[in-house]
Amino acid sequence: MAAVSELIAVDIEGYLKQHEAKSLLRFITCGSVDDGKSTLIGRLLHESKSLFDDQIATLEGESRKFGTQGEELDFALLVDGLAAEREQGITIDVAYRFFTTDKRKFIVADTPGHEQYTRNMITGASTADVAVILIDARKGLLTQTYRHSYLVSLVGIRKIVLAINKMDLVDWSQQRFEQIERDYREFAPRIGLEDITAIPLSALRGDNVIEPSARTPWYTGPTMMRFLETVELDETRRERGPLRFPVQWVNRPNLDFRGFSGTIASGVVRPGDRVRAQPSGRESTVRRIVTEDGDLPIAVAGQSVTLTLADEIDTSRGDMLSSTESPAEVADQFEATIVWMSDEPLLPERSYLLKLGPAVTNAVVTEIKYKVNVNTLDHLAAKTFELNEIGVCNLALDRAVPFDPYQTNAATGGFILIDRMTNQTVGAGMLHFALRRAHNVHLQHVDIDKAGRSGQKGQKPVVLWFTGLSGAGKSTIANLVEKKLYEMGRHSYLLDGDNMRHGLNRDLGFTEGDRVENIRRVAEVAKLMVDAGLIVLTAFISPFVSERAMARRSLAEGEFIEIFVDTPLNVAEQRDVKGLYKKARAGELDNFTGIDSPYEPPENPELTINTVDCSAAQAADRVIDHLRSHGLIK
Amino acid sequence: MNAGAVADAVTETLRPMAGATHALPQLTHLQRLEAESIHIMREVAAECERPVMLFSMGKDSAVMLRLALKAFYPSKPPFPLLHVDTTWKFRAMYEVRDRTPAETGMEVLIHRNPDALAQGINPFTHGSQVHTDTWKTVGLKQALDKYRFDAAFGGARRDEEKSRAKERIFSFRSAQHQWDPKNQRPELWNLYNSRKHKGESIRVFPLSNWTELDIWQYIYKENISIAPLYFAAERPVVERDGVLIMVDDDRMPLNPGEVPQMRKVRFRTLGCYPLTGAIESDADTLPKVIHETLLARTSERNGRVIDHDAAASMEKKKREGYF
Repeated sequence: MAAVSELIAVDIEGYLKQHEAKSLLRFITCGSVDDGKSTLIGRLLHESKSLFDDQIATLEGESRKFGTQGEELDFALLVDGLAAEREQGITIDVAYRFFTTDKRKFIVADTPGHEQYTRNMITGASTADVAVILIDARKGLLTQTYRHSYLVSLVGIRKIVLAINKMDLVDWSQQRFEQIERDYREFAPRIGLEDITAIPLSALRGDNVIEPSARTPWYTGPTMMRFLETVELDETRRERGPLRFPVQWVNRPNLDFRGFSGTIASGVVRPGDRVRAQPSGRESTVRRIVTEDGDLPIAVAGQSVTLTLADEIDTSRGDMLSSTESPAEVADQFEATIVWMSDEPLLPERSYLLKLGPAVTNAVVTEIKYKVNVNTLDHLAAKTFELNEIGVCNLALDRAVPFDPYQTNAATGGFILIDRMTNQTVGAGMLHFALRRAHNVHLQHVDIDKAGRSGQKGQKPVVLWFTGLSGAGKSTIANLVEKKLYEMGRHSYLLDGDNMRHGLNRDLGFTEGDRVENIRRVAEVAKLMVDAGLIVLTAFISPFVSERAMARRSLAEGEFIEIFVDTPLNVAEQRDVKGLYKKARAGELDNFTGIDSPYEPPENPELTINTVDCSAAQAADRVIDHLRSHGLIK
Repeated sequence: MNAGAVADAVTETLRPMAGATHALPQLTHLQRLEAESIHIMREVAAECERPVMLFSMGKDSAVMLRLALKAFYPSKPPFPLLHVDTTWKFRAMYEVRDRTPAETGMEVLIHRNPDALAQGINPFTHGSQVHTDTWKTVGLKQALDKYRFDAAFGGARRDEEKSRAKERIFSFRSAQHQWDPKNQRPELWNLYNSRKHKGESIRVFPLSNWTELDIWQYIYKENISIAPLYFAAERPVVERDGVLIMVDDDRMPLNPGEVPQMRKVRFRTLGCYPLTGAIESDADTLPKVIHETLLARTSERNGRVIDHDAAASMEKKKREGYF
């Protein structure tokens, strides 16, 4: 609730007007465990009279029960919301708090300090204007301080408050304060942070939180609250940019109205403005800015509106309406920074979903350039990103999208990556620039196409994708099927470990990342052969659902036939034709599927063959029957 | 840089914020909140198959409904409203509900837990916990399953209660409607990941960043009609354990010697009438209510009986599927 202002008592409507005109400041607090973040926020809430009597009464009760401050109020308990953390005495997730003073309304993201929860900090920072970085005056700068500073700078925050807390425990030492400030100012410019305000605090005792403290006569800067109330907001920066209007929803109540609903990401729009629909490039003129409160003469960045255009342009969700004078770039390959947020590491060449504004595309990391050691800012070679790692890589999307570099516009340059199988948000990213080859590589138009080539052979090209454990019988069955096809005069080709691993994929090993790349190349080769009009048989373990799904997506509907050669592990191990299981069990082979690397069985294969119940020849007949019954061969 | 120099640097940045040189309209915090809520609703409409908006006839619900009408204008919101009824709401709330379809053109679905109905669950004989759990928590799950809704808008705000402060705007529920606070998806910028497996659903909270004052301010600014129960009037009440309970109909059992008295009261939150405490008040206009709210030193949930159960009661309820 708001601070109790004089105006409330005497002129409530006047107060409402004043409150309505208030600006909004969003900030985050970050620091290490026990730096006193929760205590600082609790005190800001308390001192701004944002707490009610019953909340304070609850706090008094809980302070006695769980508190660490003896008889005094433990403000940390106010903000440590979840039962689990109350037991552990730590904050484990990002929480949002609200308080209002006579000058401003504030939204605070309280973010945890533990290393494993960095993703929550990035989340809190992504919407903040200012970062409050807490330092324990006794400890000075810690690894986490560098990490958090780097993260907030990465997300584009430029205004930093260095809250040097627990000054009471260093006897209010000016020397200690200045030394920490000096250390920080030495480090900060390396990550682009220059707007820094250091404040000596005791959040616990309330010194320099609201009122200047008598215990720091040597400090003449602002208190925490004064700084927050007066720090300049750069609200107009986004408005000054060129128009970016990502289309979120096509508004079609009836045949006479076709509008585009969205939130203006930057710039200003007025009726009569020329706009370009991207990526199509078609141009038109804004006719109306429609809202339920009536048409607007102007709308600015941050507003959610509906635009109608003078011409019928085929535009849908994920497209962007941009200023014709300085439109967004359109590209399908980028360099970007990625913050990895999943326990499962990022795998290059695995297909993820990328969400950039309302646009969703498939994306693969084509090259990892380096990861960043957040303590030293050194660039390290990397093949993958693990949880909480940050690095720079190249990305390829399956279609071109309009964008701006993140540094220019966070709303059109920030994206998330989603795992296709778990649906979790696994990464956050910031686009740097389009890779030049995206502009320069165009598909060469050819006159003879797939239909022509397959027609010449009198067949329908497909991929018969055999998947299953090592020793399941994939190659044996595929070989028999190909012999039958050959006898029928069909044109085919069998891809297996022998002809792929020894040639094209000679550079790949058996780590998870290499296996993903192996299958990606197999899928690409299979796709070329289908384009050549062939019936392709592939016999690879291909253990991961997502890579088989990728292969399926790269082909036309009906061209991918997944055949699950279903042999239980103990049966395959018993057969052990190549003696590989024995070696794997002896620890001589790493990453062996079924032993120390997972096999993810298909969910909906076109055909499942249980090799315990039938011979290889019977299995091959079943495959041929399937092709025949689906009209793929005669 | 020493402390004095820091102070100078800060003073330098303290330019007037009015931005007189700048002709563009400046958005107020309320306009920003409105735009954010609209963005969230459109995102759900674009990405989810069968959304629904929970409708409780309270003031937050009224604001959320108003925002929905704005978000899709000139189209109607592409989802129905759903009231999970307990049969024990205030009569004035049912009146609000029943005139909503005519006023908004939106469909209002009503679900009452048939088991609770058959067993006659009520707060007097079964207690507030069983009553709330059976009618509301179980009832909501039944309704979501019955209509196969995959996203449900709720009017909860992060400033209401501690465990709410940590909930995401898009909050995922397993096929069993359970919430796992340790496994929430990170929400960055205004990018929401609405992908889910079959059977899973999302609770979406478009008012997450609004405070109680923001809600009142918006009702005032937009002239939104809210249930008359929020305004002071003479109402029949009895006092129990220091809480004023309105005798809204003759189902309320009176203790021996207990006689309802007419007192000028209003309600800060609305729910089932036997579980909702009234406060004595003279505030019979919106500005007076806001005035009183701003001066009040007791938080609004204090009127709700369920919050007193245990410190972590709301979190426990939410894990079990309560909204």
